[in-house]
Amino acid sequence: MYILNLMVQYQSAPLDASFAALSDATRRGVLEQLGRADASITDLAEKFHMTLTGMKKHVGVLEQAGLVATEKVGRVRTCKLGRYRLEAETAWIERHRQLWASRFDELDNVVEELKQKEKVDGRKKRK
Amino acid sequence: MDAKRESEPTPVKNPTTTERTSDRELVVTRTFNGPPHIVFEAWTKPELLRRWWTPKSCGMDMISCEADVRVGGTYRFVFRHDAFPEPMAFFGRYLEVIPHSRLVWTNEEGGDGGQVTTVTFEEKAGKTLLVMHDLYPSKEALDAAIASGSTSGMDETFEQLDEFLVTRGTSVR
Repeated sequence: MYILNLMVQYQSAPLDASFAALSDATRRGVLEQLGRADASITDLAEKFHMTLTGMKKHVGVLEQAGLVATEKVGRVRTCKLGRYRLEAETAWIERHRQLWASRFDELDNVVEELKQKEKVDGRKKRK
Repeated sequence: MDAKRESEPTPVKNPTTTERTSDRELVVTRTFNGPPHIVFEAWTKPELLRRWWTPKSCGMDMISCEADVRVGGTYRFVFRHDAFPEPMAFFGRYLEVIPHSRLVWTNEEGGDGGQVTTVTFEEKAGKTLLVMHDLYPSKEALDAAIASGSTSGMDETFEQLDEFLVTRGTSVR
């Protein structure tokens, strides 16, 4: 399914900020983690064996791309998946549709050819 | 196999629809202007599959296409993209094969968390209504797939992507 994702990605040419944000293994890990549960920057820094400053930078990149939203409650900054998520889902599903639509347009040609072949073969058999 | 293009009618493309039908499911539907046994054949003969699986617009070349379409049989589609140094593969195994009507297979290239795909071919007045149903093991697995594959197991592919981004350079911040 990951490769499918790549194919789906390439359906739409421009690689945007969110894609660049995803090009880092730690940031992908953070997203995966936040997919399971919200977490503070301190939690995330511990989990990924990083300094608080380092983690803040990563979260900043994700936040700019709309992939993560943060909220400060008291002294704790909590991170969760961002609003981008829903838009991303709609966009992904559309790209998925486009990939299959272009496959199926090619498949139409194969189906047409097989139909013709069957017609010709059928005629031959009747003779 | 000779393509007999001259008799090809002007194609009016049938629409393809895609919908997330539940937390774990994605459904794609399409009608084909031919009977199920023909559409089924195009999904089950490797030499036919390879003609449509990697449309030009996705920028990939299929290098090899193996499909042993019977229960327990495996498939492996290998292809390359200019952006990646190594070829990549889709692979898995067929769980159900009912001629002209139903195919079920696993998608194992991503390790655990891969979806199970069911394709049904239903006759509708000489045409085929095709429904492709992807069932993910959990909501999280589908969410992860949608989050542009940003999960573990993606690392290897993403490393290649990283290289691509580096070589591509400036256009990406």
